[in-house]
Amino acid sequence: MNIYSYIALIPLLPLATFLLLGLFGKKYFSSISGILGTFTLAVSAFISLAVAYSYFFVNGKVDGVFQQIIPLKYTWLTFSPNVSIDMGIVIDPLSVMMLVVVTFVSLMVHIFSLGYMKGEERFATYYAFLSLFTFSMLGLVLSTNIFQIYMFWELVGVSSFLLIGFYFEKPSAVAAAKKAFIVTRFADLGFLIGILILSFHAETLDFQTLISRLTDTQSTQLMGITTASFMGVSMLTWGLTLVFMGGAGKSAMFPLHIWLPDAMEGPTPVSALIHAATMVVAGVYLVARLFPVFVFDAAALTIVTYVGAFSALFAAIIACTQTDIKRVLAYSTMSQIGYMMFALGVSGKGGEEGLGYMASLFHLFTHAFFKSLLFLGAGAVIHLVHSNDMKDMGGLRKHMPITHITFLIACLAIAGIPPFAGFFSKEEILTAAFHSNKLIYVLAVFTSGLTAFYMFRLYFSIFWNKEAHLHGEHHGEGTLSMKIPLIILGACALLAGFVPIADWVTSDGIALETHIDIVFSILPVALAIGGILLALSFYKTENSKSDKIASSLNGFYQAAYHKFYIDEIYLFVTRKIIFNLIGRPAAWIDKNIVDGLMNKMASGTAVISEKIKGFQSGKTQEYALYFFLGIISLSALFIYIIK
Amino acid sequence: MNEINITDILLVSTALFFVGVYGFFTRRNMITMLMSVELILNSVNINFVAFNKYLFPQNLDGIFFTIFIITIAAAEAAVAIAIIINMYRSHHSVDVEDATDLKY
Repeated sequence: MNIYSYIALIPLLPLATFLLLGLFGKKYFSSISGILGTFTLAVSAFISLAVAYSYFFVNGKVDGVFQQIIPLKYTWLTFSPNVSIDMGIVIDPLSVMMLVVVTFVSLMVHIFSLGYMKGEERFATYYAFLSLFTFSMLGLVLSTNIFQIYMFWELVGVSSFLLIGFYFEKPSAVAAAKKAFIVTRFADLGFLIGILILSFHAETLDFQTLISRLTDTQSTQLMGITTASFMGVSMLTWGLTLVFMGGAGKSAMFPLHIWLPDAMEGPTPVSALIHAATMVVAGVYLVARLFPVFVFDAAALTIVTYVGAFSALFAAIIACTQTDIKRVLAYSTMSQIGYMMFALGVSGKGGEEGLGYMASLFHLFTHAFFKSLLFLGAGAVIHLVHSNDMKDMGGLRKHMPITHITFLIACLAIAGIPPFAGFFSKEEILTAAFHSNKLIYVLAVFTSGLTAFYMFRLYFSIFWNKEAHLHGEHHGEGTLSMKIPLIILGACALLAGFVPIADWVTSDGIALETHIDIVFSILPVALAIGGILLALSFYKTENSKSDKIASSLNGFYQAAYHKFYIDEIYLFVTRKIIFNLIGRPAAWIDKNIVDGLMNKMASGTAVISEKIKGFQSGKTQEYALYFFLGIISLSALFIYIIK
Repeated sequence: MNEINITDILLVSTALFFVGVYGFFTRRNMITMLMSVELILNSVNINFVAFNKYLFPQNLDGIFFTIFIITIAAAEAAVAIAIIINMYRSHHSVDVEDATDLKY
């Protein structure tokens, strides 16, 4: 036992809530299910904060280095003396930070949903699913074993599926849920193969052992995995790339991003929790967890870098053209996660080299706050306007002052304007990119300008532009429970940048000295302000400037508007190629050969029995005759033939 | 007393057997069929006794079997007659051609 054993409570409380609400919620707790879920999660969040305090300030450090502590470990399945699947809890800076982020954002979403989902028929079910998700996500970040993480990874996928499809009477929601599940599941296939490759060569499933074996240049396991190769690429690169494929699926990296915009069919608080702040950063978490191994393999890390950087730019361009506010936010999430990914990619191991690692997780931390704030703000707006389309909005600033102010703070934070949270983390990322790869740096700076533009396009379109024309009765800005999370998250988006993540979460556990270089910051901030001003001139009042620009860029604009036809390409590949070349022949074989054989056997039996059933005539003497003839022929057989 | 040749005895029992088989196949009256079965059983009894006497005079196995068969034939006759009576009650006939309900 360890002083940290009580951490097990953090994931177990939401699990208990899930079971309680899932089994009995509808019958017994439908009115208090929200309060119940929120309360238990508040306890979890409180414990997380206590853990964070005690770990970062009291007893996490030994000789100035944060230690990895494993307070609980229970062997679940043993394959061989060395290989087993364990269920355990790991405490290190990374998991503690994730604990705080997940429980805190989840708590905010729970509180917000009290107002947003009020009067919903399946209110208790909604809270049960939220609890299930929180449990899985907490289990994921606390995993000690690569297989444990895989199980929770799938659980997270299931809860995401359930919540996207929460409004299952809408066909589009069902389609989106299926799409999200299938795409991430496909990516998880890569993850599973990656796990098998890595653990086969490292001969363990345990993270600690796996990392120590694959980073020790003397170990036979590292020798084995680097010398073994498939198609000219070492098994280490294959394993890591496939693991990254799983991460890219969950984190919506190009080209596995197609599910994320559609996932916005779910209730908006769910989008804030799952598809903005927590689940989608699981990929980043995974790469960060295996980071010591990734550092060993330049090829895999390069893939991470370029996929991240490309996704960041690609999503930012699409975000500029979308009109559904949640889709804009979805693409901006994808873009920001791209930032985190390439920050990991450009990072090195330890010390100043490890700036990218720290910057990535710092960005994950700040992004969780301002992005969930943006989504909750969007939720409040949608709650009022009953539409997702920004064409139906405009001039809402007078109707919803709190939402307006907090949304503005979040937009400033994501655009990277000092002193808001996003500024600090983005600066660290840009610095890391600048020192490592100039091309990535240029892409990142350009993307940050685009980010400012499309976020303020969104902001002005919702809150300024034309006069509000809300017709009929509306219920104002929403209940108190919807405003409180906005205010708290607004404060976080304002202040999270001052949290000294650099002292805590670094690639080697040693505090990293960081400093904001004013000269270096000028360019990105200037670009961000430029983007804001551009958005201001286009969208603050109703005018046709933006339409003119759009029509002058006609082809490119259309392509971006249609998300560069990635969905169509996927449809083409699945419908035309996979269905026709693999699906249909396989179906033919199944129908005609597998089923056909069985059907032939059945019908053959039927035909034969139809033919011979006349023998059973019911006439006793006929039977006796057959019997007698049988005896005679058997006797003849034994007497004359067999002897 | 002259010894009777075993071949003669076997001829008698074979004749008896085939008379029984013929009766069983040709008669439609169930009671007659039962009688035919008794004939078959008795031909077997003759065989048993004859072989016991001519081949293993010191043993009694054949005799015992014969007694068994007679006992079982009595029991069988009781059961068969019970079946026939029941058949008569339900079909008003003891003709075996009328009792062909148990078929496909």
